[in-house]
Amino acid sequence: MSIPQQLILTFISGGIICVIAQLLIDLTRLTPARILVLYVSLGVLIFAVGAFEPMQKIFGAGVSVPLIGFGANIAKGVREAVDKDGLIGVLTGGLTSSAAGITSALLFGLFASFLFKTKSKRM
Amino acid sequence: MKNRITKLKTPIHFRSWASVGGYEERRGPLGDKFDFCDTSDKFGQKTWEIAEAEMGRIALNTSLSKVGLSHTDLELLVAGDLQNQCVASSTGLSSFGIPFLGVYGACSTCTESIMMLSSFIDSSDNMKIGAALTTSHNSAAERQFRTPVEYGGQRAPTAQWTSTAAGAFLLERGRGDVMITEYMPGRIIDGSTADGTNMGGAMAFSAFDSITAYFEESGEDIHNIDYIVTGDLGKVGSDILKELLSKELPGAERLHTDCGLLLYDMKNQDAHSGASGCGTSASVLACHFLPMLADGKLRRILFLSTGALMSPSSLLQGENIYGIAPLIRLESGKEN
Amino acid sequence: MDSKAKKQLIKKHSPSTTILKNSIMAFIFGGGICVIGQLLSELYSYFGCDEKTCGILVTVTLIFIAALLTGLGIFDKIARHAGAGTLVPVTGFSNAVVSQAMDAKSEGYVMGVGAKIYTVAGPVILYGLLSGVIYGLIYYIYRTVEQMI
Repeated sequence: MSIPQQLILTFISGGIICVIAQLLIDLTRLTPARILVLYVSLGVLIFAVGAFEPMQKIFGAGVSVPLIGFGANIAKGVREAVDKDGLIGVLTGGLTSSAAGITSALLFGLFASFLFKTKSKRM
Repeated sequence: MKNRITKLKTPIHFRSWASVGGYEERRGPLGDKFDFCDTSDKFGQKTWEIAEAEMGRIALNTSLSKVGLSHTDLELLVAGDLQNQCVASSTGLSSFGIPFLGVYGACSTCTESIMMLSSFIDSSDNMKIGAALTTSHNSAAERQFRTPVEYGGQRAPTAQWTSTAAGAFLLERGRGDVMITEYMPGRIIDGSTADGTNMGGAMAFSAFDSITAYFEESGEDIHNIDYIVTGDLGKVGSDILKELLSKELPGAERLHTDCGLLLYDMKNQDAHSGASGCGTSASVLACHFLPMLADGKLRRILFLSTGALMSPSSLLQGENIYGIAPLIRLESGKEN
Repeated sequence: MDSKAKKQLIKKHSPSTTILKNSIMAFIFGGGICVIGQLLSELYSYFGCDEKTCGILVTVTLIFIAALLTGLGIFDKIARHAGAGTLVPVTGFSNAVVSQAMDAKSEGYVMGVGAKIYTVAGPVILYGLLSGVIYGLIYYIYRTVEQMI
């Protein structure tokens, strides 16, 4: 697959995943925080049934950048850890594989609180 | 229900008033009429909470200096805001050294505080002058009730914009250009919705309850009233109230106007359903309605700040929002 | 007036969200952020990163960009139009964490920033891990049974 083809597939798949979330917010009044929780759990489920890796091959960042990818990453880490360490991997795998994302978000948050001041909202 | 309306025995007038706002308030159609606006919304302070306190202090001092009074001339302060435990008022007024009553009526605080102050003056033998103050700050309220200031989210079309605004009122025994003649506390009315993004809709029924109760008990002819002014029903709440009034009190719906629809330009400012927050009715009363009453352009108005009674916890727990709409009757002193 | 009549009145006068416009914006912004992610991924692999490292770097880069835009006060202006388009990609997670941290600064770095930084991140991490643990247990049992046979 050439890069332009890949980018088109990425754009469409990523867009559709976001539109589903937007429709859930607008039609069911699910709060954004619930959407994030739902999508992470959904990512684990999609990975668990074996659908995520084939999807990622086709759509690339279109499925891995949305929070579904974050969930799938947790599931992948759990599977690898169970393969390697057995039962204890159930507990260690999830945080290990998602460590980079969580740690960087928390640290950038802390740094932002050092560096920036909040500005009042404008309409 | 009987005897909800109290007619004041002694004449009490608005000796002075002042309004202070922030950036969006300055941009709105009433922007020129505010006594002072800080377009940084910070009022020179480090936190949004203290900014709100300072805004209130500026409003009260402005109302005092307009008539050459000092804070030591005041005998009682009745003040409220939207922060937890009403702390903006107590912080902002801590240096005044005057007897203080902190009140909480959600966005109905303006009317509630004016009502209480006039009742105190009316029932006292020698008390002469006091001040009522109401503040709300968009950023302080967003932090407390909704999301962090920098959080990226979409607001529902029914949502309202909490104003960064303060209104201060000096009430004095005796006759003057603007008189308060009657007051009527509101009842707690179930808004029948737990949707925190639709407070205007939830409050409309309490405004309807107070307005109909007032005309029923007083027997007043609606033609004697120039305006029925509600606090912050916004577009949604105003439409509901107008529909209810047109059935129950035909003609009254044409007298209705809402501070939440006056503070911002509903076309060019993205306020969605309008302004909310207790500073809305306080600042619009101070910069818009009181000057018109003082000039004799308006003769009599009914003024009802509308409050949505809820907390972040009650919303998360799915409890309904309750509305309350205390009413005061204001008259121009000019015609007498 | 009973509760049902009130509910109907509120519904009648409440404008509905502009679903079509919101959806188009969510599609464009969400798809666009994923494309940026893909381009970053191509870039990192061009410089010789393996697939796993690429994935991590893309995530960290997007989190960084969203954090910076939040700090500069730009993210919320974009998100107002983009809706789920900026929420659902990892940028939304980043904004939720960073905006809480900035906001809580006034309450100090321990019980302010330190505690409140998890307000939105907490549920995401908690339920992500819970789902992962459930999947891990099922996978472990499945694998054990498979080995026994």
